[in-house]
Amino acid sequence: MRKFKKIAALTLVAAMAASAFVGCSSSSGSSAAGGANTDPTEPVTDASGEEISYRDQLKEKTYDGEGSVLNIYVWNDEFISRLSDHFPGYEKIDATNGKIGNVEVRFTKVENTDNKYQNNLDDTLLANGANQENASADDKIDIFLVEADYALKYVDTDYTMNLADLGITDADLPNQYQYTKDAVTDSNGNLKGISWQGCPGLLVYRRDMAKEVLGTDDPAEVQKAVSDWDTFADTAAKMAEAGYHMTSSVNDTYRVFSNNVTSKWVEDGTINIDDNIKAWVDMSKEMVDAGQTGTHALWSDDWSKGFYQDGNVFCYFGPAWLIDFSMACDQEGSVGYDGGWAVTEGPQGFFWGGTWICAAAGTDNQELVKDIMLCLTSDEETMTQIVEKDHDFVNNSVVMEAKATDSSFGDEYLGGQNPIALFCNGIETVSLENITSYDQGCNEEFQNTMKNYFDGNYATYEEALDAFYEAIKVKYPALNVPE
Amino acid sequence: MSEPIGEVKKSVSTHARRVIAYIVLIFLSILCLFWFYLLLIYSTRSMGEITSGITFIPSTHFAENFKNLINSSQPVFKGLRNSLIIAGASALLSTYFSTMTAYAIHVYDFKLKKFIFTFILMIMMVPTQVTVLGFIQLMTKMDLINNFIPLIVPSIAAPVTFYYLKQYMESTLPLALIEAARIDGSNEVRTFNTIALPLMKPAIAVQAIFTFVSSWNNYFIPTYILKKEDMKTIPILIAQLRSADYLKFDMGQVYMMITLSIFPVIIVYLILSRHIVSGIALGSVKG
Amino acid sequence: MAQNQASVAPMGKGKRSKVVRYNKWGYIFLIPFVAVFLVFNLIPLISTFYNSFYENYMDGLTQIGPTFVGFENYKQLFSDANIWKFSANTAIMWVMGFIPQIIVSLLLAQWFSDSRLRLKGSTFFKTVIYMPNLIMASAFSLLFFALFSDSGPINDLLVNKLHILDEPFKFFSSVWGTRGLVAAMNFLMWFGNTTILLMAGIMGIDVSLYEAAEVDGASSWQRFVRITLPLLKPILIYVIITSLIGGIQMFDVPQILTNGTGNPTNSTMTLIMYLNKHLYSKNYGMSGALSVVLFFITGILSLVVYNIMYRKRDKEA
Repeated sequence: MRKFKKIAALTLVAAMAASAFVGCSSSSGSSAAGGANTDPTEPVTDASGEEISYRDQLKEKTYDGEGSVLNIYVWNDEFISRLSDHFPGYEKIDATNGKIGNVEVRFTKVENTDNKYQNNLDDTLLANGANQENASADDKIDIFLVEADYALKYVDTDYTMNLADLGITDADLPNQYQYTKDAVTDSNGNLKGISWQGCPGLLVYRRDMAKEVLGTDDPAEVQKAVSDWDTFADTAAKMAEAGYHMTSSVNDTYRVFSNNVTSKWVEDGTINIDDNIKAWVDMSKEMVDAGQTGTHALWSDDWSKGFYQDGNVFCYFGPAWLIDFSMACDQEGSVGYDGGWAVTEGPQGFFWGGTWICAAAGTDNQELVKDIMLCLTSDEETMTQIVEKDHDFVNNSVVMEAKATDSSFGDEYLGGQNPIALFCNGIETVSLENITSYDQGCNEEFQNTMKNYFDGNYATYEEALDAFYEAIKVKYPALNVPE
Repeated sequence: MSEPIGEVKKSVSTHARRVIAYIVLIFLSILCLFWFYLLLIYSTRSMGEITSGITFIPSTHFAENFKNLINSSQPVFKGLRNSLIIAGASALLSTYFSTMTAYAIHVYDFKLKKFIFTFILMIMMVPTQVTVLGFIQLMTKMDLINNFIPLIVPSIAAPVTFYYLKQYMESTLPLALIEAARIDGSNEVRTFNTIALPLMKPAIAVQAIFTFVSSWNNYFIPTYILKKEDMKTIPILIAQLRSADYLKFDMGQVYMMITLSIFPVIIVYLILSRHIVSGIALGSVKG
Repeated sequence: MAQNQASVAPMGKGKRSKVVRYNKWGYIFLIPFVAVFLVFNLIPLISTFYNSFYENYMDGLTQIGPTFVGFENYKQLFSDANIWKFSANTAIMWVMGFIPQIIVSLLLAQWFSDSRLRLKGSTFFKTVIYMPNLIMASAFSLLFFALFSDSGPINDLLVNKLHILDEPFKFFSSVWGTRGLVAAMNFLMWFGNTTILLMAGIMGIDVSLYEAAEVDGASSWQRFVRITLPLLKPILIYVIITSLIGGIQMFDVPQILTNGTGNPTNSTMTLIMYLNKHLYSKNYGMSGALSVVLFFITGILSLVVYNIMYRKRDKEA
C-alpha cells in the first residue's frame, strides 16, 4: 500500500513537472522524449512569443517532486564554485551547502590523494547498496565526480547511471570533445558520465627567463627550444647555467610521458611498466643529477615556490586550470600577477585532470541531475560564461574555437597571450586508450618511489622498482607484480 | 682548618652546577618555545612575505590570514566545534564513569572484584590501535559512521583514568565516611554522587584535562569514523592540509590553522599548569 | 585490595549481611565500564582476530572473499621484508628519541629535586618543558613540515642568515634527516613528562640516605649512581616500557610529516602506518593479522608493566 502511494505520488509529480515544462515550451523540454533534433538547451518560445533562454527556464524550476537533498561528492572546490557561479538559481548558504529551487544541495568533500576520495565514496556506495535502497532519501548520493585515472572503476559498474536513462543522448552533446566521452564510456558502449571541461596541457614558461637565456619570449621561438625531449634537455642545461631550474620538479613532466604510453599500467592483472614511463625515469634522473630540477611532490610548498617572482623555475606543464586556479596569479608577488607567463606546445601533447560528473544509480533527483549536467556541459551560454569568468577550457569545440580566434580575448596572466588556439591543437591528440581503473594509485606510488631513486636514496632503478611493487601489493591486493 | 676549605669547594662546585643547570634549562626552554614563537610570527605574514625568507619580527597580516581562513573552504569553526564537543563529552563521561568504576572497586567487596581489578590493570596499556579494524567494522554495522558516539562513549572504559582515580581514592575516601552516609539513610547512588564525587574533585579535574587533551589531539581513529566535511575534527582538517590539493598554497592560512588548533590548548594549559604539572606524577607511578 | 578487605572483615555478623547486601552495588557500578568495554573493545578485538584468518579485500567495488585461509595472512606478513623493515624503523626512531629523552630527564629530575641547588623558576621551567606534550601531534608535525621544507624558514635561517650551510639541507629527502626530525619531535613532546615522573620518584627516596652518603664524603655523581639510580629502577622500567608501548603506536608524527609515504625509501614507515595502509586498501585479512601481532607485542609489554606495579603493591601490603 505504502509502495503504491509512493509510486502514485511520483507519477503525479512527474506529470506535474512535465506539464510545467510543456507550459512554456511547444518543443517540449524532456529530451528523453525529445528525439534527435531537439536540443534541450535551446531557448523556447512562450505563449506571448517571447524567447525564454534555457538558463531562464532553469531559474523557474523548484524541483518540488524530487528528493529534498542533492548530495554531491567532490574532492575539491572546483565543481562547487562552477555550480554556485554558473547554475542559474543556485543560492549559496556556505562553503559546502547551497540551495536550488526547493532542493538543498550538500557537498561532501574528501581530498583526492592516496585514494582517500575513492575510499570514502566506495564506503558510502557499498553501504547504500547498488540502487541506494539502504540509504534514507536525504543520504542518497545523487552526483559524484570522477577523474580519468579511476573513472572506469565506477563507469564499469551499476553504481553509475546510464546517461540515456536520464534522458541525455549523444545528440544533446554534439560539440563535446570525443576523449571526454571515451573516458566515461563503459565496456558496453554506454555513456556514464559527462564533463564540462577539456584539459589539454601546454608548457607554461616564464617570459623573463626565456628572454634572458633564449633571447626571446615569443611562443613560436621558444617552442623551437622545447620541441622534443632532446632540445628540451639542451635548454635545461642552458637554464641550469643561468642558475634556473628547467622545471620545478621531475613530477612536472610525468603526465606528459604517462599520457603518451602505448600499454596499460595493468595488463592481465599484472603491473606493467610502459617504455615511455621508463623514459621519464631516465630523463628525470639525468636532470636531477645535473641540478636542473627538484624532486618535491606536486602541490607541495616547495613545488609552488616557482609561481612567485623569487622562484627560479623556468617552466611548468599544465592545462588551463593550472594557470588560473593554482598558480596564485591573483596574488601580489606572483609571476602571473604581472603577466609573466606564456604558453607553448612543448615536446608532446598531454592532458591533466578533468572532472567528470556521474549520476549515482538510485538518485532521487534525476531531473535536477540532468539539468545540472546539461547546463554546465552543453549549454553554450553557460559554457561561454565559464570560459570568461574562470578561463576554464570548456568541453565545447564551438565555444572554444570561437574564443581561439577572438583577438580581444587575452589572458592577463600570460601577458595578454590568447592560449586557446594552442589548447585546441593539444586536445586533438589526447587519447585515453590506455587508462585503467588503477591509474591513480599506480601513478602516485610510482612517482613516490622514483623520487627516492632520483634523490639517491635508492641506488638503482631496480631497487626502486621493487619498492614500487611492494607498495602496489599493499594498495591493490588484487594485482600481481612481475616476478 | 680543612673544613672551611671543603665548604668553599663545595659551594663553588654547587655554584658551577647551578650555572650549568640554568644554561641547560634555558636552552631546553628555548628549544620548546622556539617553534611556537615561529608559528605565531608566521601566522602574521602574507604568502608573499613568507616566500621572502625567515624573520623573527611579527608582520601585520594576522587578521587577513584569519579572515582568509574562515572564508576558505576549510570548515575551521565547525572543526573546532566538533573537537570541542567530542573532547568535552569524552572528558565528562570518562571521569564520571571512571570514578564510578573506581568507587565500585574501592568501596564494595564482591566475588569478581579481584579478577576485574587485575584484568583492568593488565589491559591498561594495550593501545586501541590494535582493535581498530574490528572497531570500524562494528561501527559500520551499527550505522555509527559519521557519528560522534564511537569517539565519545568508549571513553567510559578508560583503564588509565580509572587507575589514577582509584589511587587517589585510596588516600582520600575513608570507608567510614560511606558507612556514616548509609547510617544517615543515603542510598548508594546518592552517596556516590554527593559524597564521593566532591571529594575526588582535584583528581577528576586533572584527569578531565588529560582526557580532553588526548581526545582533542586524537587523529587515527576519527579519520575512519568522521567522513563528512561538517563532522570532521581539527586533527583531520590539519592532516588534510598536509595532503593538500590545489588552492591551498597560502601558507599564511596553513600557519593560521595550526595556530588555531594549538593555542587554545596552550592557553588553557598555562592557566591550569600548576595543577596539571603536579597532577601528572600523582597517579601514574605511585603504585 | 587487601586493605579494603581488612577494613570490612572485622565487622559484626549482622552488619556483615548488610555489607553483602550493599555489595551488589559493586556490580551495578561496574556495569557502564564493563558494558562499554565489551562493546567497544572486546567485540572489536575478537572480530579482529577472526578477520586475520580470512582472505578478504576489495578490488575496486568488488569484494574478494571472505575465504578462510588459516594462517596464510600471517605467513604472508612474516615472509614479506616489509614487516621487519617497518619494525626496525619504529625501533630506530623510538631509540633515537628515547635515549636523549631519558638522559635529559634524569638530569633535570635530579636538578629539580636537589634542594642544595635551590633552582629559581623551577615551576616556570617545568611548565615550559611539559607544554609540548599537550600539543596536537598532527599540528606539530605539519608545523615541522612547513618549517623544515627545502625552501622553508629553517633552511633559510641556516643558509642565508647564519651561513652554517652553503645550500639548503633537504631534510625530507634524507633518511636520517627525516628520522631525526621524527625523533626530535618525540623527544620534545615527551622529555617534560618523563622529567616530572622521574622527579616524583626521586622525591620519594628517603632523604636520610643522601645525608648519610654526604657524611661519608660521597660526591653528587656518586650519590646519583649509588643511591638515586638503584632506587629509581622500578620507575625507570615503568618509564621505559610505557614509552616503548607508546613507540609502537607511533603514527601521527611520521604520518603527517611524510604524508603517509614513509619517505625516504620507506625509512620512516612505522608499524601503525603500515596497518593504516592495509586498512585504507580495505585488506581486512592482512590488517587483521598485523593487528593481532601488535596486540600480542603490546599485551606482553603491558603484562610487564602490570608485574612491576603489582609486585610493588604486594610489598606495600
